[in-house]
Amino acid sequence: MSPEKAQAYWKENITTILKLLVVWFAVSFGCGIIFINELNTIEISGIKLGFWFAQQGAIYVFVILIFVYVRAMTKIDEKYGVNE
Amino acid sequence: MELQSLIYLFVGISFAIYIGIALWAKAGSTKDFYVAGGGVHPVANGMATAADWMSAASFISMAGIIAFIGSDASAYLMGWTGGYVLLAMLLAPYLRKFGKFTVPDFVGDRYYSDVARTVAVIAVIFVSFTYVAGQMRGVGIVFSRFLQVDVNTGVIIGMVIVFFYSVLGGMKGITYTQVAQYVVMIFAYTIPAIFLSLQVTDTFLPQLGIFGQTTFAFDNGVRVIPEGTYLLHALDSAITDLGFTAYTEPGNLWNMFMLTTALMLGTAGLPHVIVRFFTVPTVKDARVSAGWALVFIAIMYTSASAVAAFARVNLIKNVQNVDYKAFVNGELSHSDGTKNDGNWFKTWEQGGLIAWTDRNGDGKIQYASGTAFDGPKGKPQFVEDERSEVGNRVTTNGKGAPTQEELAKNNGLHNELYVDRDIMVLANPEIANLPNWVIAFIAAGGLAAALSTAAGLLLVIASAISHDLMGQVIFKDKETGKSKLTEKSELMWARIAAIAAICVAGYLGINPPGFVAQVVAFAFGLAAAAFFPTIILGIFDKRMNKEGAIAGILTGLIFTFGYIIYFVFLGGDKADYFLGIAPTGIGTVGTLLHLIVAFIVSRMTPEPPAHVQEIVENIRIPSGAGEAHDH
Repeated sequence: MSPEKAQAYWKENITTILKLLVVWFAVSFGCGIIFINELNTIEISGIKLGFWFAQQGAIYVFVILIFVYVRAMTKIDEKYGVNE
Repeated sequence: MELQSLIYLFVGISFAIYIGIALWAKAGSTKDFYVAGGGVHPVANGMATAADWMSAASFISMAGIIAFIGSDASAYLMGWTGGYVLLAMLLAPYLRKFGKFTVPDFVGDRYYSDVARTVAVIAVIFVSFTYVAGQMRGVGIVFSRFLQVDVNTGVIIGMVIVFFYSVLGGMKGITYTQVAQYVVMIFAYTIPAIFLSLQVTDTFLPQLGIFGQTTFAFDNGVRVIPEGTYLLHALDSAITDLGFTAYTEPGNLWNMFMLTTALMLGTAGLPHVIVRFFTVPTVKDARVSAGWALVFIAIMYTSASAVAAFARVNLIKNVQNVDYKAFVNGELSHSDGTKNDGNWFKTWEQGGLIAWTDRNGDGKIQYASGTAFDGPKGKPQFVEDERSEVGNRVTTNGKGAPTQEELAKNNGLHNELYVDRDIMVLANPEIANLPNWVIAFIAAGGLAAALSTAAGLLLVIASAISHDLMGQVIFKDKETGKSKLTEKSELMWARIAAIAAICVAGYLGINPPGFVAQVVAFAFGLAAAAFFPTIILGIFDKRMNKEGAIAGILTGLIFTFGYIIYFVFLGGDKADYFLGIAPTGIGTVGTLLHLIVAFIVSRMTPEPPAHVQEIVENIRIPSGAGEAHDH
């Protein structure tokens, strides 16, 4: 693989990771900690929303994020022909 | 069938399975021993990672901590899962491509230095041993409670089992036993959770149970909380009446933030977790495998948040204002006619993990905020083998008659109860009077959790010694830079190191340093500050050199370790906390310092040699991981 192509591949990888890490931060540190009091004013079926994010919601999103990452990277790998 | 026979049966069957797998998966080469031959299916590896990861602390303690702390304890739930996102995106794929056997392997090669390699070996051994001591203790507790043997005998039985599959099978044996252990563990955790969820909220899935409404009215000692109240509303009002802060009320958000970060970074930096990703065939498998690991972990963790809430409600419902004698003799029933058998109270009291002191002399148990016993943590001191006329164990430090101040704070109630948080998960099915086989299952699950983690840690210690220290430093051929050990003799060293590690772990389990539980939490801070930045920089910063790396590791490790020692063991004053950060969360600051120091030092010293820069370029590209394994 040429150095330019390798660099382009790496750049796409980094951009993908950064986008996903923004979501990662938002659901855990954002919804579960920083804005927990604000979100706790919203209540669904007896559960305060901020509390739910901290106890369960963030974990569900984490799982989804990893599989989204796997899919995105598989596509990028194929595009650059570095898949196995 | 009798509870005791059921426990023997369940634990016996699970142990037979583990030993059977160990004999089947015997390691024939160092590659088998260190990375299970590198051919583990990603889903199987995900399961093994989950078992490896979920320790006695996750299985036995976590729900109990949440039950008593409430909202702020979410730091454990988010921290111990969020780290997998970092692992999947920032570490696992590149380390798999790098394709060696251990974490010190990576540090030593990437930073072209045996000093860096040796520092990494020491850090691996240090972090892993503190962690493993807690596991062996967990094994001991489960044994002594459920199998009616002495704690020390329990630890020795645990050592023998682990010996079988880690020394014979190495990583290969451990991987497949961990798959079996995960299955045991997850059923043992979720089946009681489902039972509780049905009992408390009439909802099948515990994850949805916390959205449910209570199926019974219960008296918290101040008033009756009616049937059909939303579970968390019931819990919040039940405990605020008793003088506690509400379950869903956030407390110190700053410390919660720091603790969550430290646990996430620590999770991503723990060597026994990282090394699991060396065992799959390709880079893509490493990514997928991290996803599956988190799925398997999430099943248990999301149940834990529900189990915690059920446990707290059940505790209040079953013990508040009950007559001790009638309760432990199984003579009581709830208003709806279901039995309230307090036999569990008596058994756990025997182990010293729950205690009652009748402060107002009415013969009934009262539960409210505040401690019932004098002393720093309100822990009871028992008189050996002595029970009072009523039947409870005699203690020497019970507080006297309730004070006005206490009664005013707790709506006229006072606290007469001590409950160790660690018993909530194990005692929960008994408290709720679930069938005996569910209780027996939980014993097998607790053992699976402790043994699987202990084995993973012991293997990491063994390979750090045999592979990194013996092979790459002590018996290194100066000219070729390769190990002088033959395959066979390195494998022999690995087995000797594993045996030695098991003996040390067993010793630590039998003679625990008094602070095991705390040290386990600190292992995360240290892993975060020592490993996480070094590995990340090694992959993402091509310019990072050995000077920066060594300076960074030492800064992170020494700062974090020093802070913990000062504030936890040398009696440092809370008022002097740096920015108000508790020692459990200080790993976050240690990580940050590590990054800064490494960056500055590396920019002031020569850039790494060309062949190292090539390594970095190479690990960034996924293809070709398969053949990169032998060296």
